[in-house]
Amino acid sequence: MTVKTAYDKARAENRAALVGYLPAGFPTFDGAVEAAKAMVDAGCDVIEIGLPYTDPMMDGPTIQDAVHRALVGGVRVADVFRTVEAVAATGVPTLVMTYWNPVDHYGVERFARDLAAAGGSGLITPDLTPEEGGDWLAAADAHDLDKVFLVALSSTDERIEAITRASRGFVYAASLMGVTGARTAIDTGAPRLVERTREIIGRDGRDLPVGLGLGVGNGAQAAEVAGFADGVIVGSAFIRRLLDALDLAAGVAGVRALAAELAEGVRKGR
Amino acid sequence: MTIDAAARGDQAVPGPVPDATGHFGRFGGRFAPEALMAALDELTREFEAAKNDPAFVAELDDLLVNYAGRPSLLTEAKRFSEHAGGARVLLKREDLNHTGSHKINNVLGQALLTRRMGKTRVIAETGAGQHGVATATAAALLGLECTVYMGEVDTERQALNVARMRMLGAEVIPVRTGSRTLKDACNEAFRDWVASVENTHYCIGSVMGPHPFPMMVRDFQRIIGVEARQQCLDLTGALPGAVVACVGGGSNAIGIFHAFVPDESVRLFGFEAGGDGVASGRHAATLVGGSLGVIHGMRTYLLQDEDGQTQETHSISAGLDYPGVGPEHSWLHDLGRAEYREITDAEAMDAFALLCRTEGIIPAIESAHALAGVLKIGPELVAEIGPGATVVVCLSGRGDKDMHTAASFFGLMPEGDAR
Repeated sequence: MTVKTAYDKARAENRAALVGYLPAGFPTFDGAVEAAKAMVDAGCDVIEIGLPYTDPMMDGPTIQDAVHRALVGGVRVADVFRTVEAVAATGVPTLVMTYWNPVDHYGVERFARDLAAAGGSGLITPDLTPEEGGDWLAAADAHDLDKVFLVALSSTDERIEAITRASRGFVYAASLMGVTGARTAIDTGAPRLVERTREIIGRDGRDLPVGLGLGVGNGAQAAEVAGFADGVIVGSAFIRRLLDALDLAAGVAGVRALAAELAEGVRKGR
Repeated sequence: MTIDAAARGDQAVPGPVPDATGHFGRFGGRFAPEALMAALDELTREFEAAKNDPAFVAELDDLLVNYAGRPSLLTEAKRFSEHAGGARVLLKREDLNHTGSHKINNVLGQALLTRRMGKTRVIAETGAGQHGVATATAAALLGLECTVYMGEVDTERQALNVARMRMLGAEVIPVRTGSRTLKDACNEAFRDWVASVENTHYCIGSVMGPHPFPMMVRDFQRIIGVEARQQCLDLTGALPGAVVACVGGGSNAIGIFHAFVPDESVRLFGFEAGGDGVASGRHAATLVGGSLGVIHGMRTYLLQDEDGQTQETHSISAGLDYPGVGPEHSWLHDLGRAEYREITDAEAMDAFALLCRTEGIIPAIESAHALAGVLKIGPELVAEIGPGATVVVCLSGRGDKDMHTAASFFGLMPEGDAR
């Protein structure tokens, strides 16, 4: 099921969609599934399951810490599919966010097939752009999967055009120049990036939602972003709740409370 | 400059490489975050423009001659040769460059480019510290701000280089994530760059990373081979039978290989860090023991597990302790144009000692892998070509920085001072 359905539902309710990220295997296999289900219960419209990778070049300290723990805990690619299966069973569209090498090594076609079989909606690929993504574009189309590429503040209009044409589901606008991690303020360039991206998408009547991520960590920021984007993406702030909790139950409660706060935020922004 | 094989009628090397999108056959390319694409495009454009700008070329040439000390010597190693099975060993003396290694060739080029792009800060990753020291040096020379990322393990085994970089005005940040070695320093440098790209250039130290880095760093390093080829002709009247270098990321090796690639009679050998031996699993021999994948922005061979997770590497040499390799080496490996083999820590240290004792030259431990390689292939070449077969070996750096490691390996410290 494409994540577009979740965006359409949010749009019908005149609000932004809430997208929550957690890596598989963190804090444990079962703990990740439980936390993700709590995020769904409390109002996340889309879940991104991170595939833990040894060299997370685009991630700040919080996600680095979480994926390191997941890897030390022995998480495997097969566990990512099992996590997707458990979360997608809630009925909420579930994507995998992954650096490219694990997919490349698994085999792009085989990865697409197994992701589709697990009920996954598609992939977010932070270090793969459409020009190197020929195999993935073909495999995603063959298995009816979403292709979520990123646009950045530094992207030219020509690149935004090509990236949005290659994307399906939504396009991920990176709100700032930097790595993942909650920030105290939303970058002032973010609304302009969303506006540029929308304008380029709309030129020939295409319809692709624009989700904004990086740096969003609380309800007020979610409301601010919901004022100009179709989706609000939150990752590190959820992980922080799990890292700071004394035990899993407290961590999951923290995740649930944050999701509720963010869900309220995305309904206030307009 | 790229290899124009068509013009040379050379069937073994289809060219030019890389293509316009940075591919060496199926290797290379640009697997990088979208946020960096504009900067990578700008760098590609500026590098092409600079190469064709006589003022830029003249300024770089002037620095290479009057600051770095080029051309570097080609020294015949007569006593060392006695151990090489009858081969005649010629050392390309990159150890004599300012800052003590080949790294300065690349760094001067990239520092000039940084200034040309109007950027005021450079960042770098470093393993042994050779590239970090070279970058800190060029930054001081051109008045650029400089930050160097270095794995914590490496800051310990190369403490002297940390002090050198700080003395030169650079900020050195020990990297405590992952294996705390070179690959983690690369990750951290990329993270810095994504946030600072507007005023900062990432001065990558080897022929690795997303396009245009593998091509650009090669072009800045190819002077090694251009000089060595002419020096060998002048000295011996003929091309060498083989050219030998150590390979971590592979910049000194590409640098010395590149001018010889079209010379089909010249065998090219790259020696990788075999650590405790590839069979032991504790090594950094990417082409000998790796498989195809993507790391640090490029498609290449790398050391990875069955899930595509990067494997921990081991080498006594910090500069070779890296799980990937420049994409052009992967391409030359697949073509069979260059041959890649492993040298263990112990073999490298034996060759290290041998060069010290026979020639009065203390090599970097990285370069000692190439010297050990010469001792292995010498007899093979002599059997093939005949006595006096010439081997040009890239002595990529000097070993002052490695004295602590060597002293502990050979037990040279006074009683009670072994640590």
